[in-house]
Amino acid sequence: MNLKDYQGIWVIAEQMAGCLNSVSFELLGKAQELKKQLQTPEPVTAVLVGKDVEELAPELGAYGAEEIIVVDHPGLELYQNQTYAEVLADLIKEKKPSILLMGATGIGQDLAPILGVKVNTGVAAHCVDLRINQDNNLVAVVPAFGGKVLGDILCPKHRPQMATLKPGVLGKPERNNQAHYTITKYDPAESLKKDAGRVKALGIYRQEVKGVPLEEAEIVVAGGWGMGSKENWQLLEELASLLGGAVGCTRPPVDEKWVEGEHQMIGTSGKTVRPKVYIGAAISGATHHVCGMKDSGLVISINKDPKAPIFEVSDIRIVGDAKTILSKLIEEIKKIRGNVN
Amino acid sequence: MSFNIAVCIKPVPDPSHYDKITIHPVNKTITREGIPTIINPVDKNAIEAALQVKEKWGGKVTVITMAPPSAEENLREALAMGADEAVLLTDRAFAGADTWATSYTLAQGLKKIGHFDLIFTGTESADGATSQVPAQLAQWLKIAHLWNVQQFKITNKEELQAQMKIENGYIEYALKLPALLAVSRECNKPRYTTIMGVMKAKKKPLITYTADDLDLNKDFIGLKGSPTQPGDIYTPELGRKGQELTGEVEEIVAQLIQKLRAAGLNLESWNACAVGRE
Ligand SMILES: Cc1cc2nc3c(=O)[nH]c(=O)nc-3n(C[C@H](O)[C@H](O)[C@H](O)COP(=O)(O)OP(=O)(O)OC[C@H]3O[C@@H](n4cnc5c(N)ncnc54)[C@H](O)[C@@H]3O)c2cc1C
Ligand SMILES: Nc1ncnc2c1ncn2[C@@H]1O[C@H](COP(=O)(O)O)[C@@H](O)[C@H]1O
Repeated sequence: MNLKDYQGIWVIAEQMAGCLNSVSFELLGKAQELKKQLQTPEPVTAVLVGKDVEELAPELGAYGAEEIIVVDHPGLELYQNQTYAEVLADLIKEKKPSILLMGATGIGQDLAPILGVKVNTGVAAHCVDLRINQDNNLVAVVPAFGGKVLGDILCPKHRPQMATLKPGVLGKPERNNQAHYTITKYDPAESLKKDAGRVKALGIYRQEVKGVPLEEAEIVVAGGWGMGSKENWQLLEELASLLGGAVGCTRPPVDEKWVEGEHQMIGTSGKTVRPKVYIGAAISGATHHVCGMKDSGLVISINKDPKAPIFEVSDIRIVGDAKTILSKLIEEIKKIRGNVN
Repeated sequence: MSFNIAVCIKPVPDPSHYDKITIHPVNKTITREGIPTIINPVDKNAIEAALQVKEKWGGKVTVITMAPPSAEENLREALAMGADEAVLLTDRAFAGADTWATSYTLAQGLKKIGHFDLIFTGTESADGATSQVPAQLAQWLKIAHLWNVQQFKITNKEELQAQMKIENGYIEYALKLPALLAVSRECNKPRYTTIMGVMKAKKKPLITYTADDLDLNKDFIGLKGSPTQPGDIYTPELGRKGQELTGEVEEIVAQLIQKLRAAGLNLESWNACAVGRE
């Protein structure tokens, strides 16, 4: 493998049912930063795969893609790991990018490792940051042990240098309506013939998210095991709705079914959030959870145990019973509202 | 109809102790003293899935791991849960493998043992948590796979249907066998071991293979065979100078409201953050 043959930073954009996943924009923002760190800048390219997806290309341009490779085919309507992998592996072998980034989403985490074996290269999994070192190589920062430890991962002798990035960690770059970009079409027909058809998508089922999505909320009201019951959990729902925020949680409330589903969980196996204000009630502060909220703006924690580890990552500590504090807070906010109306 | 089933399990330091993990200031190595090694939690769901298939359709369950010799204990536990056979791939030459080299080694180990109709893994390991080994293993074996499976149903000897979890939902697939499924925590509830199970496990076969026993390309294993290479390790900066709010509940809440206002929240509005922005 002649490393010099490989040039350019690629972002595999993720779309579903004609809607781009916002992690694609985060990746483009990071790709632009990496471009500046390289010894000689290399172009930033987005790859868009699906059916009838070309109209999404300008959006990728606005967030930093200089070239958009559109791979449009009816056979690519729904994600099928083997099918997508055949197409992308051929594209990578033909165009030889040096760096390839994907979102650590349900699909990205499945697809990236397959490509790693197919094109014979290393993949750094769900990174929290990326940079270029003095050897002009990509350094991926990956969390281990539930986020307690961070490690640098390099891929010095193989190309492309691949990494998946955890959604929500980097933040979305500024949109540029005047951006210049080119669109290139790529015909996947030959690659599709190689697909043995061992994996067939039958259908997609998505849950409607009520209210503000957790990852976009500017106020997050999170609760843990110490809330004690589904009934008490209503306090969090009420406070979040009073503030126009979203409810997040640790793992036990998911298991107890106090929340609708795992999409409300914050942490290593859940979402990464960085709201302006995070209010955490009855959460101990396990590494697994903290890893997903540590970059929030103002962190307020309520716990009856003065030694709870969550207090070490909090700006405001309240030692006390979560139910009592939250009930009173709700009451006071309602009073304030009452005065306005 | 019966199935030959393999389950890949990984011994990991118990995740409920990760708060205790530190980095040695001089050697820059990870200190995990006193933390017990257990079967990666979600791998127990993989074992459970395999046992349920066997109970319903008949067949045999083999558990396999690539790990240090101490993993025998974890394999015995899997046998006690009900697996029939265990295989340990262990060799100094395997050490430091990334997911690419790990999955290659596991693939060669599985080929050595025989043909499998179904392979189960967990979605991710608690320590490294790359979640990449399952897809890569399937790729080496050239078989169908699905990651993050929350539910599956075997249709017949040739086909199964499974749901892959994605953000806010799932995608349903039909897979041709042989197939590998990486199962998630929701998939089932792993059974406990019984005294009887532990007794029986002692007599079940546990085979150890070293690198020389397998048909391996030596350039594909261990740290040397890994495309990714580790650099520095460090702990993230977390500390915040917290201020404690004290007093009676009324006083605490009054101070809290002040703090929220100071942070720019408009409590008069139903969308406390939106006001004041364009
Ligand atoms: C592989 C793996 C991945 C994981 N991923 C995640 C993840 O992504 N996100 C996540 O959150 N967890 C995750 N976990 C679980 C994680 O390790 C912890 O178990 C979990 O975060 C603990 O949740 P908790 O703080 O709600 O519960 P606990 O640790 O049980 O803490 C409850 C807290 O509530 C306090 N409390 C009790 N009653 C009251 C009261 N009346 N008022 C005030 N305080 C009270 C207690 O003092 C205690 O501190 C993962 C675990 C594993 C093994
Ligand atoms: N060394 C190993 N031996 C056996 N199985 C493994 C090993 N490493 C990972 N696995 C399997 O792959 C799954 C995902 O692990 P990982 O890719 O490390 O996050 C685990 O849940 C195991 O089922």
